[in-house]
Amino acid sequence: MSQTHRLPQGGQIDRSAPLHFEFNGRQYQGYAGDTLASALIANGIHFVARSFKYHRPRGIMTAGVEEPNAIVQLETGGYTVPNVRATEIELYDGLCASSVNAKPDIEHDRLAFMQRLARFIPAGFYYKTFMWPRRWWGKYEEYIRDTAGLGTVPEQPDPDRYEKTYAHCDVLVIGAGPAGLAAAHRAGQSGVRVILVDDQPTPGGSLHHCTATINGMNGAQWVAQMTQQLNAMPQVRVLLRTSAFGYQDHNLVTACQRLTDHLPLAQRRGPRERLWKIRAGHVILATGAHERPIAFGNNDLPGILLASAVSTYICRFGALPGRRAVVFTNNDSAYQTALDLHQHGAHVTIIDSRAASDGELPKQATDRGISIRRQTLVSRANGKRHITGVILRKNDSDTAQAAETELDCDLLAVSGGWNPVVHLYAQSGGKPRWCEIRACFVPGDAVQPQTSIGAANGAFDLRSALCEGTHAGQNATRRSGDEQASLPAWDTPTACTGRLEPLWLTAKGTDITRGPKQFIDFQNDVSAADIHLAVREGYHSVEHVKRYTAMGFGTDQGKLGNINGMAVLAQALHQTIAETGTTTFRPNYTPVTFGAIAGRELGDYFDPIRKTCLHEWHVAHEAVFEDVGNWKRARYYPLRGEQMDAAVARECLAVRQRVGLLDYSTLGKIDVRGPDAATFLNRIYTNAWTRLEPGRCRYGLMLDENGMILDDGVNLRLAEQHFLVSTTTSGAAKVLSWMERWLQTEWPDLKVYLTSLTDQYATATIAGPCARKVLQKVCHDIDLANDAFPFMSFREGSIDGVKVRILRVSFSGELSYEVYMPANYGRHIWETLMEAGKEYGITPYGTEAMHVLRAIKGFIIVGQDTDGSVTPMDLGMGGMLAKSKDFLGKRSLSRSDTAGPNRKQFVGLISLDNTTVLPEGAAILNEPAKPGIAPLQGNVTSSYFSPALQQPIALAMIRNGLSRMDQTMTIALPDGGFAQARICSPVFYDVQGARQHVE
Amino acid sequence: MLVIRCPWCGERAESEFNYGGEAGIARPAHPEQLSDEQWGDYLFMRKNPLGLHREQWVHTHGCRRWFVAQRDTRNYTFTSTEPLAAANKEQA
Repeated sequence: MSQTHRLPQGGQIDRSAPLHFEFNGRQYQGYAGDTLASALIANGIHFVARSFKYHRPRGIMTAGVEEPNAIVQLETGGYTVPNVRATEIELYDGLCASSVNAKPDIEHDRLAFMQRLARFIPAGFYYKTFMWPRRWWGKYEEYIRDTAGLGTVPEQPDPDRYEKTYAHCDVLVIGAGPAGLAAAHRAGQSGVRVILVDDQPTPGGSLHHCTATINGMNGAQWVAQMTQQLNAMPQVRVLLRTSAFGYQDHNLVTACQRLTDHLPLAQRRGPRERLWKIRAGHVILATGAHERPIAFGNNDLPGILLASAVSTYICRFGALPGRRAVVFTNNDSAYQTALDLHQHGAHVTIIDSRAASDGELPKQATDRGISIRRQTLVSRANGKRHITGVILRKNDSDTAQAAETELDCDLLAVSGGWNPVVHLYAQSGGKPRWCEIRACFVPGDAVQPQTSIGAANGAFDLRSALCEGTHAGQNATRRSGDEQASLPAWDTPTACTGRLEPLWLTAKGTDITRGPKQFIDFQNDVSAADIHLAVREGYHSVEHVKRYTAMGFGTDQGKLGNINGMAVLAQALHQTIAETGTTTFRPNYTPVTFGAIAGRELGDYFDPIRKTCLHEWHVAHEAVFEDVGNWKRARYYPLRGEQMDAAVARECLAVRQRVGLLDYSTLGKIDVRGPDAATFLNRIYTNAWTRLEPGRCRYGLMLDENGMILDDGVNLRLAEQHFLVSTTTSGAAKVLSWMERWLQTEWPDLKVYLTSLTDQYATATIAGPCARKVLQKVCHDIDLANDAFPFMSFREGSIDGVKVRILRVSFSGELSYEVYMPANYGRHIWETLMEAGKEYGITPYGTEAMHVLRAIKGFIIVGQDTDGSVTPMDLGMGGMLAKSKDFLGKRSLSRSDTAGPNRKQFVGLISLDNTTVLPEGAAILNEPAKPGIAPLQGNVTSSYFSPALQQPIALAMIRNGLSRMDQTMTIALPDGGFAQARICSPVFYDVQGARQHVE
Repeated sequence: MLVIRCPWCGERAESEFNYGGEAGIARPAHPEQLSDEQWGDYLFMRKNPLGLHREQWVHTHGCRRWFVAQRDTRNYTFTSTEPLAAANKEQA
């Protein structure tokens, strides 16, 4: 296929490097240096898309990130990228792309009929229409979801890798056009650390398609010289193909660097993108300006482009978008496009809305014999899938019914003026200000250490841009006391420019809402009529109009049309644009891939994984793990073919009848020592610690200042001034921080040191009637007899030469010991215990069996049976509250709400049918359940089938539960049904507690 | 992401810190003597000003020390950070 619209020479493409690509199933050729959009235009392809709502034919309209129409699905399978702008895709050999939002293809789009329905489905149509009947909403939603949207979400995992990196610099320059290059160059000369980022593969910005000279060099030569000098400065880093998309607090700029997207798939190596988080001393925004279109009838036809885009395709890519061109403008800059078109053999007519211009470019156009029609407007464009002509009328403010003339063309270049890219400035917290003279929003005062320069600052001519760049580079690096260095002078010809006359919409009066659509936001199919409709329906705030019409959503986020939309809104409201204001400019400036945001934090790297020193033993014994905080804990150890229920039942019965071994290493352990250790614990815990003897343990409960249970655990007094406190597995970090905070902020006078020892000790719980016998086989230096080593005490001794600390405590209700050992010996001691226990049938048990064993005894788990709204009294633990001392949260326990009636209280539940295991979290209602709204009485907090009792048991928090013993409650089940259960004591088994004292 | 100057470690990214709310709220010496309302004031009532705010921060992923910062809630500018001892002296 020949490149019918490729110029024989010129541009920055490499005609010796042809590239083959596929678009919508057809093969084409382009050159190295092309974008997908420029290659399509070189092949005479304009019609590349169907619009979002009306499925109108759409063409390539711009040459940059603001492209609203040419959205494609790039590649297929795992490499597919939806909704990429064809204007941003660098062409590579073998590229494959297709149009979005059209089935089966854009030529035969099944929804093309929507165009003819357009006048019946204006803004707000969906809100008004699909409201009734209500039960049809499901069907509506299915259909709307199917028709809405653009590209297709990838169905395969992304095979690419993404990286993140942090960077710091003194000066960050965003945009490597003339202003940005001048700024980076000046800053770099002073020796500070500079980062220059630009989203293009090469620096230069507007100089890529600009004919001006700087210091006698043409644009390309000047850019090459500047780049060479910047590269020679070791403290200057230039990041190309890098889009700065977010300006965050404290001068943090986030940017995404594309590393491999320009290469053929087979040649891609290494990460695809790198997300940069750049913290800068000073940020210089040289982000340029976007040209804006003008609204007229059918202004969305393929073949209608922005004037600057036409110049870009001609001068940078050597592609001529049309041969019979009309340039429609309200300013001088588009005359350069007319000159570019004329120079490359196109026939050009200029339609200028203004009566006159005294600028240099219009003079040149006249000199070249280009036909200029002044004070004329394009009222609409003709054509079906490509523009074939324009209808013109005089720009006469008196009559709307002026005579119309027709002009044939195959290209319409439009310029309505320029909008500085103030997005990043606005994200930094700044308020853009409307400049009446230049008819655009320009940056206001800087809020963070930041400067806007060049076109981004409304300085549209090259000389001002260079000058602002140099000054900004100088000012960003100058420190007080520095002498004013001489600034380089950039000599570039200045051209007199005629003044722009704002023009947003060529229609007047009723023509705005009648006749062919005059589009404002091309991507979202929002027309001028939609904005007028929104105003008629009472939406006056620009933020409301945006949401009612969908103007400014989508991948382009209103880059092209928003300012025009605000101007049309201002006209409709008979107010100024400054009064109307802008919508909020939010990050991200351009779409960012999820891959870049996720980086390497995927799968196993998403969150840290903590494993106990016994983990590999559990793996070897085919344990099933569960996540508890960051920990992996063995949940149960299924034998061959065994289901979870059977395994848990077997493990429970082993503990009840013989002996079991549990890895309890994840328990939080904090070493508390110092002369004031006991005083400190007295304040932190509800119960008293002063009289606890060394060698003894005590259960402790801690509250927050609101009186609610925060954590619990068994604490040891190792010596007069030395405690070891334990916390729940998931509360370990929280409790340490809590203790540290009180010590530092309120009680700095207390002499106490805190050290986390969670990872230093491994803990094995050996529980069951035979536990003592097993321990006696391996531990010879501790007298384990019932009287010599009583319940709630601990001893220090050794197992196989390793020093251990053994606690006699029980979380299962059975005779039980916790063996604390240095983590490095954990596995050895564990295996020693397993070996010694063999003759007693020792069974490793997991957290699930642990839960069943503790629940049947009514032992709580903080965070499962409590939820931050539970006091000790609610749990029936009022006896844990010391009367003679203050402790954190104590005062809150005598408040009217905590001490008053109608609290939820901790009780047991037994299913009436004796078979239903109630779902944890299930709502508890009064019995019997009646239809309608039932007041919630509480929730099931723990629920298991108890193998020892051969029946299900549950724990629950129920309003006034302690005074409702034996009442029957109704439990709502997830399937919509109900179960009945009887309130009982939370202690279901061995109420006297005899089992933990067996001989 | 903010940059916060830890009085001991220097400037670090916000992600290393945790916020502790309004500074200078001392725990009452004798909570049992307070009315419910006074206790509620201590527990719940905070200034939430538009402008300069004295607040507690902790360098969790650093030296783990608490300190007092003064921050402008309108633009997140930190005007000072100082150790608790110095801040408390100032208060007294």
